[in-house]
Amino acid sequence: MADDLVNVTIDGMQVAVPKGTPIIEAAKQAGILVPHYCYHPSLPSPAVCRMCLVEVEKAPKLMPACVTTVAEGQVVHVNSPGAQKAREGVLEFLLINHPLDCPICDQAGECELQNYVFQEGRAGTRYAEYAKRYSPVEDFGPDILYVPNRCILCTRCVRFMEDVADTPVLNVSERGDRAYIGISPDEQLDHAWSGNVVDLCPVGSLLSKDFLHKARAWDLDKTASVCPGCTQGCNISIDTRDDVVVRLRPRPNLEVNRHFICDYGRMNYRWMNRGDRIEAPLVRDGARHIATDWDTALARLDQIVRGASGSAVILASGRASTESLGLVRRLLDRFDVTAAVQVPLGEEAPLARVPNLALRRERAPNLAGAELLGYTPHWEAAMREVLGAAVVVVLDADLSELDEAALAAAPGMLVVLGTTFADGLRNAELVLPLTNMAEENGTYINRDLRIQRYQQAKSQPGMARPAWWVAGEVLAGPGPSPSAPSTAAEAFELLGERWPVFAGLTYRDLGYTGARLDRAEPARAAVAR
Amino acid sequence: MGYPHPSHPKETPVLSKHFGDPEARTFDGWVKHGGYEALRKAVGMTREAIIEEVKASGLRGRGGAGFPTGLKWSFMPKEAVKPHYLVCNADESEPGTFKDREIMRWTPHALIEGCAIGAYAIGAERCYIYIRGEFTEPWRVMSNAVDEAVARGALGANVFGSGKRVEMILHRGAGAYICGEETAMMNSIEGKRGNPRIKPPFPAVAGLFGMPTTINNVETLAAVPHILNRGAEWYKGLCLGNPKSTGTKLVSVCGHVQRPGNYEVVMGTPVREILYDMCGGPLPGRTFKAVIPGGSSVPIMTIEEAEAALFDYEGIVAQGSMLGSAGMIVMDDTTDMVYQIWRLAKFYAHESCAQCTQCREGTAWTTRIFERILSGKGKQEDFQLLLELSENMTGKTICVLSDSCAAPVVSGIQKFRSEFEAYIAGAREPAMAAV
Repeated sequence: MADDLVNVTIDGMQVAVPKGTPIIEAAKQAGILVPHYCYHPSLPSPAVCRMCLVEVEKAPKLMPACVTTVAEGQVVHVNSPGAQKAREGVLEFLLINHPLDCPICDQAGECELQNYVFQEGRAGTRYAEYAKRYSPVEDFGPDILYVPNRCILCTRCVRFMEDVADTPVLNVSERGDRAYIGISPDEQLDHAWSGNVVDLCPVGSLLSKDFLHKARAWDLDKTASVCPGCTQGCNISIDTRDDVVVRLRPRPNLEVNRHFICDYGRMNYRWMNRGDRIEAPLVRDGARHIATDWDTALARLDQIVRGASGSAVILASGRASTESLGLVRRLLDRFDVTAAVQVPLGEEAPLARVPNLALRRERAPNLAGAELLGYTPHWEAAMREVLGAAVVVVLDADLSELDEAALAAAPGMLVVLGTTFADGLRNAELVLPLTNMAEENGTYINRDLRIQRYQQAKSQPGMARPAWWVAGEVLAGPGPSPSAPSTAAEAFELLGERWPVFAGLTYRDLGYTGARLDRAEPARAAVAR
Repeated sequence: MGYPHPSHPKETPVLSKHFGDPEARTFDGWVKHGGYEALRKAVGMTREAIIEEVKASGLRGRGGAGFPTGLKWSFMPKEAVKPHYLVCNADESEPGTFKDREIMRWTPHALIEGCAIGAYAIGAERCYIYIRGEFTEPWRVMSNAVDEAVARGALGANVFGSGKRVEMILHRGAGAYICGEETAMMNSIEGKRGNPRIKPPFPAVAGLFGMPTTINNVETLAAVPHILNRGAEWYKGLCLGNPKSTGTKLVSVCGHVQRPGNYEVVMGTPVREILYDMCGGPLPGRTFKAVIPGGSSVPIMTIEEAEAALFDYEGIVAQGSMLGSAGMIVMDDTTDMVYQIWRLAKFYAHESCAQCTQCREGTAWTTRIFERILSGKGKQEDFQLLLELSENMTGKTICVLSDSCAAPVVSGIQKFRSEFEAYIAGAREPAMAAV
């Protein structure tokens, strides 16, 4: 291994990095950020912005750190006077036609031009006498605007569409300082992954219409999460402003989604902000439901699951966490259980040049987790079991009118754990308010059996609780109990008792990028037994 | 035969010997003048022997950089694992340069023969000739000549019965200066936007279509048959100055001289002889002021520097400029240097491919500062600003287009500062309206 490592000194820091590493990545290992625009770790490097020029000892001139690979014994100066002067020059050139309309620009606060100019640019311009180049805003596609005035022509968007999406609709048009990003005639930027160009744009030149003027970057709270859109399990950041989700952005995970998410996932957040939520536990009293406290509601649930026997059915949402699916399943261990997970289907949309990355047909983020825990995607079969079941638990499933009618006709006890309440479920004995995935901590297991944590991004409405908490409280018995899980981490550790695949695994082991469950076989065996 | 003027006694016509002779354009006419002997000879030689001969001749690239041709050929992989390509750079878009055009117009078979020898020497079975889009007549002449050469067996699957294959493809440019840069040219041939590529990888490793490629100038390749026919020693002997510069060189002289045109001189000929003897000196009543010796991209020389220089790679460098493409732009005392440098900067601003920040923005900004100075609104600080911009534009980009814009600006300010001062002080009538 050591043979493949190259020793370099960057601004006095010694690092050993694999052969072939570009200086810009080696510098990251040394804790030094080389300012850059066109370079992006998930795109080919054209070395056009000339921002990452660094001094390499014995080289005749400054070298672009993005395409110059390390060599044994190389000494690099990122912050030498010569390199700093060159960067100052680039920044001055970039600003001469830049409108500096930061006060009305969505990118302000997370703009790489703004950041580097503040960091090491000139205080004033020497391009004072001339009018700046002006071009009107262009509509590139369903969600994307192009503001040519702000563009620094780093070409990240062009390369994403050409080299990653394999749909080269963007180009550099014209020459010299008249150049701009052009779109092919009669084409739109409507590829299933095109929204990534907005994230890739280092300045405010490519904007999302959905996010347009919604929030200032510094007012956003960012929470590490996992996309609830499909079984791919892309890592995302949920950006909230004043407890409202305003956008989803990709969070880098080289094993799952590199730096990208699809447009379907990106736009799939409005339900997180729904206002028509159940905010208190409801207990049926004749034809009415009466709001109550959790103690009363949990006691009623305990009564239901202990007071009946025979078969039970669980109808779960594909967005339910591993913890909730597991503990709700355990709650019904006394019954002969049929557990189903809801899997909406859609079109598969791969990102052409990234292996194993696609918007998947199965739009259920925790399908693999549910299957490990004994749930099946055979919804219709489970619905047929409802008529003979003593207890039916709905776990935040999105029910059709037909399903609701079947449940209304079912003779058994109906318990609804949900975020919203459907009129068709008036016969439910108990309706318990749940948090949605943006309001709780939990894990999803993606199609490659990678188990990944998501974190609470906003506060829950009223008395809503995660389903694992509800099940955990009842499993621990009435009254305060030390064995009831009080955090998602504790709930997760309880899963190992029943499903060996999780045994010994903790949230700490998962980190922020998850871990592959390589012990899937024993888990399946355990479930089968 | 000289063209468009009679040959001057001080010229040494080798490449230009048949300029103006319509017979030399045809296959038979060319053979009558001794053409295609070198190619017949070459296909009987080993590749290494050809490369050694060219190395020994001291031939250097005539496109501007002056890189030894034989050495460049030797960089090509010995084993032909992948297809090799030869690209002939006939884009000749450097302002002030018009030598390749005449080679193609009058002696197309000289170029075809040189290309075929070069292709064989580097193990390429295909040669692209990238002809400047504006060159309509040379294109027509070359097309006919290639058709003839194929019909007569000089090109194709079996060159003169030797079993060697050399195909030739003429590719027309679309009018972009930057496509004369070798890596931009390869992109252009591939059908992409003509943007220069980062080096490394160098073309000999991964060039056209990602394959090992050599790019040579028209004049370079046209000289190769003569070297094979008459020997490396003969070519090496064509040298009056530095032994590192050998052979003859076509010089395109334009501007304020009595007889502008192409002249072919032995390397090391005094520039003075070119200016005064061959070109007939300045126009009546005028005196020379400045010379740009190598196309618009090199530093400007004062007439004193030019007169002191020997015309070869080292001789011009010794006087602070570069031989470049040997497109000599001569300016006399009526020339407004500030205006001329503005015109050059405007050219580069127009032709910048827009990849690198310094070039895209710097060339345009430089142009605007000149426009301000020319409109009578210059300031003393503009000197400092122009020099700083030029420094930021030099040695920092993928190709040398921005360096080429900076070179005349820096040398112009150094050598003709008083003319700038005159505009700034208001002592000179503004040359253009305020911008």
